[in-house]
Amino acid sequence: MVEQSIGKSVLRKEDMRFITGKGQYTDDINLRGQTYGYFVRSPYAHADIGDIDVSAAAGMPGVIAVLTGKQVAEDEIGGLPCGWMIHSKDGSEMKQPHHPVMAGSKVNYVGEPVALVIADSFVEAKNAAEMVDVDYMERDAVVYAETAQSAPIIHEGISANTCYEWELGEKDATEAALASAAHVTNYEFTNNRLIPNAMEPRAAIADFNTATEDLTLYTTSQNPHLVRLIMTAFIQLAPEHKLRVIAPDVGGGFGSKIFVYSEETALAWASMKLGIPIKWTAERSESFLADAHGRDHVTTAHLAMDEEGHFLGLKVKTTANMGAYLSTFASSVPTYLYGTLLAGQYKTPNIYVEVDAVFTNTAPVDAYRGAGRPEATFLLERIVELAARETGRDPVELRRINMIQPSEFPYQTPVALEYDTGDYEASLNRALKMADYDTFGERKAASEAKGKLRGIGFSCYIEACGLAPSQVAGQLGAGVGLWESGEVRVNPTGSVTVLTGTHSHGQGHETTFAQLVASRFGISVDDVEVVHGDTGKLDFGLGTYGSRSLAVGGSALSKAADKVVEKGRLIAAHLLDTDADKIDFDDGEYRVRDSNQAKTFQEIAFAAYVPHDYPLEELEPGLAEKAFYDPGNFTYPAGTHICEVEIDPETGVVEIDRFIAVDDFGTVINPMIVEGQVHGGIAQGIGQALLEGCVYDETGQLQTGSYMDYCMPRADDLPSFAVGLTSTPCTHNPVGAKGCGEAGAIGSPPAVINAITDAIGVRDIPMPATPEKIWRAIASTTRSAA
Amino acid sequence: MSISVSMNVNGKAVTQECPANTTLVDLLREKLQLTGTHVGCDTSQCGACTVHMNGRAIKACTILAAQCEGAEITTIEGLGDANNLHPMQEAFRECHGLQCGFCTPGMIMSAVDLVNREPSLDETIIREGLEGNICRCTGYHNIVRAIETAARKMRN
Repeated sequence: MVEQSIGKSVLRKEDMRFITGKGQYTDDINLRGQTYGYFVRSPYAHADIGDIDVSAAAGMPGVIAVLTGKQVAEDEIGGLPCGWMIHSKDGSEMKQPHHPVMAGSKVNYVGEPVALVIADSFVEAKNAAEMVDVDYMERDAVVYAETAQSAPIIHEGISANTCYEWELGEKDATEAALASAAHVTNYEFTNNRLIPNAMEPRAAIADFNTATEDLTLYTTSQNPHLVRLIMTAFIQLAPEHKLRVIAPDVGGGFGSKIFVYSEETALAWASMKLGIPIKWTAERSESFLADAHGRDHVTTAHLAMDEEGHFLGLKVKTTANMGAYLSTFASSVPTYLYGTLLAGQYKTPNIYVEVDAVFTNTAPVDAYRGAGRPEATFLLERIVELAARETGRDPVELRRINMIQPSEFPYQTPVALEYDTGDYEASLNRALKMADYDTFGERKAASEAKGKLRGIGFSCYIEACGLAPSQVAGQLGAGVGLWESGEVRVNPTGSVTVLTGTHSHGQGHETTFAQLVASRFGISVDDVEVVHGDTGKLDFGLGTYGSRSLAVGGSALSKAADKVVEKGRLIAAHLLDTDADKIDFDDGEYRVRDSNQAKTFQEIAFAAYVPHDYPLEELEPGLAEKAFYDPGNFTYPAGTHICEVEIDPETGVVEIDRFIAVDDFGTVINPMIVEGQVHGGIAQGIGQALLEGCVYDETGQLQTGSYMDYCMPRADDLPSFAVGLTSTPCTHNPVGAKGCGEAGAIGSPPAVINAITDAIGVRDIPMPATPEKIWRAIASTTRSAA
Repeated sequence: MSISVSMNVNGKAVTQECPANTTLVDLLREKLQLTGTHVGCDTSQCGACTVHMNGRAIKACTILAAQCEGAEITTIEGLGDANNLHPMQEAFRECHGLQCGFCTPGMIMSAVDLVNREPSLDETIIREGLEGNICRCTGYHNIVRAIETAARKMRN
């Protein structure tokens, strides 16, 4: 009997290749006859393009071709579509500007591709790119969300630079709640713009075979089928069956590798035009300029409470910066991934949210780890904290008296979602214990005794994951279905090949999914191989984002495995000369109930492929099954994060003394992998709170365009984390899993800012809360006290 | 201008003709197909390209191949393979010190050097010692555990 591995920290199957340098990322692949592409990018945020003179570049050594945005327009390639239609409150459709694959007549952000130089070597392509002479006529740039609606127009026909004016919830009821409240807390703030910075820069190799007319695209994607669908159905580069997209080992994504970008599209077009393989790998400065950025919201919120502290209403107005164009899923982030989360863990009866999405001359903004949900959580957990302080309540108790109770599920929020299950106080209580909250006062006194300031901050978050019920997503404007596919192929020897439409770029699916399937069949995890990331091998899939892979993709695999078990039962019934309903399958064995007659899983597999003694008249040979799983609801991971900081008032430097995260992800397959996901999410959340901020100057030049200027969290910026799990399994998927990829980045930023403001005794501090800002805030409180 | 450079890479003598401005990482990746060493930035900040030169960690993106004339270079491929893992490689796996794997080779090479040159390690020293290597996946928590674990094995 093989030991069951569900719930066990099985070491990762994928690790051996990564720790020995045998991984294969896109840039590690080299094709015969490969050439190299380098993009000429706009140095201006907003300018008209006059002539483009490529003659000098074309004459440089090694140069094969120089293609420009003007040729893209002549060939009628593109533009890049946005896959989610949002309607404004007046019923009109969002305004979607043409998003050219390369700019031909006008550039709208610094870093926008204008031309592609193709040469025999990378160095030759890069050198020649400097010789491309583009005539720019500069215009005034529109940079910030706050001022975009009163600024010069970027896209002809899109008035006030406004993409949409969206709303959700009951306006009148919410305003009435605010008017009648005993107390209203107001909060105005910015959710800082971030640059994702997966450690592997984006890269692609496009390879068009002129004889077969097959186009193969190797690319750093979280969802290769989506790339194929968009490039074929929308951009119409090639027929869908002639484009194969391979996303090999991918070095992190965090959302930034969901989208279909200019570069791989231009490369595919160029490869077809020239009939040669072309490789492009971004330099990090290109990643800063041209990867989709994240967050960038400006928000005003009002929270109403009664005399006892019960929340009565929440009214929110947000302006979201979309950047210059709508990236692939940009429109959904500040709407259905944000407004719907504003109930949080609380029973707030009235919620109304308005969101204006605006265009600016900055890089497109789209989903980055959490995508909308960190913005909603930050708003809510900050305003709740402020409300507690304003009314002299313990911030924990204020949260507690407003929490939805376990007996109240399923719980319909006023912002469209129906939470299926949860136990929020269980996570809160566990986190308080792990944080030693009871003795916080003693630690605070000890810090004060040595001239330091200590504070504690809480964040009780919820998120909606497992994207998504296709019918609901379709009603809300999604251009694609959001189910997932899974295939379980039992090989004749009884080993298993699993194919999933999700994509692993650090999440460890090759191990988790193997555990899931191995446990179902009672076989060893080593006997299961997981295949993903190649449209040539898999039917279809929607990829990995929104913490969906186990909840949706795992559920598809679970259903496919069920089908295998049932077919195996029929084969076993034949071999054991009995009825299928008399056979139990357990621990890898089909056994006739109340007897010692049995066949192993391996024997059944062999019989299926060597059908000498087999019910061929009733059953096809072979043992491989597929399933497509479309979820019935979103999943709702939730938890409590607690941050305790000690601050040196002389320098403003924050030391995170402890960070506790207790999360309810439902059923956990591999706790080691789940904890790793939480650690990474927290690091990105602390990065947002303390270190990271994308800065454009007023002319639209990116000021934080390298690791010298954009502060990435490093090992000595972070503490060790204390992570705990509670579990209320998801009620509507067969795995019981809710998803864990984004929780860390969602829950942590408000916990950090609540802790800092608690320590230094100020109402608010903008993110990133750098030592300078903290030092100035402390100085201002000292001055006002004096 | 093309030059000839000779060095020892992972125990093998190597002589290559390359342009004079070829960096070590380009020589390793493009000429020798040792693609375990990665490039994650263009400002010598991320550390994904870290290799050992004469036993000390260096960033292979910031040194010319010509400067490595006669040197002993060790890359992740030379540190240990699947049948003979270095304790640091083993510890990264055991402690889940990696996720996407992209920063991992550089992180492991830095960590080996850190253990070799620091007589005693604690969490603070390890975290400060990793200052030149960026990981976006793990939050460093399990990398620190891995280095503590490997250091114990390496010292025994």
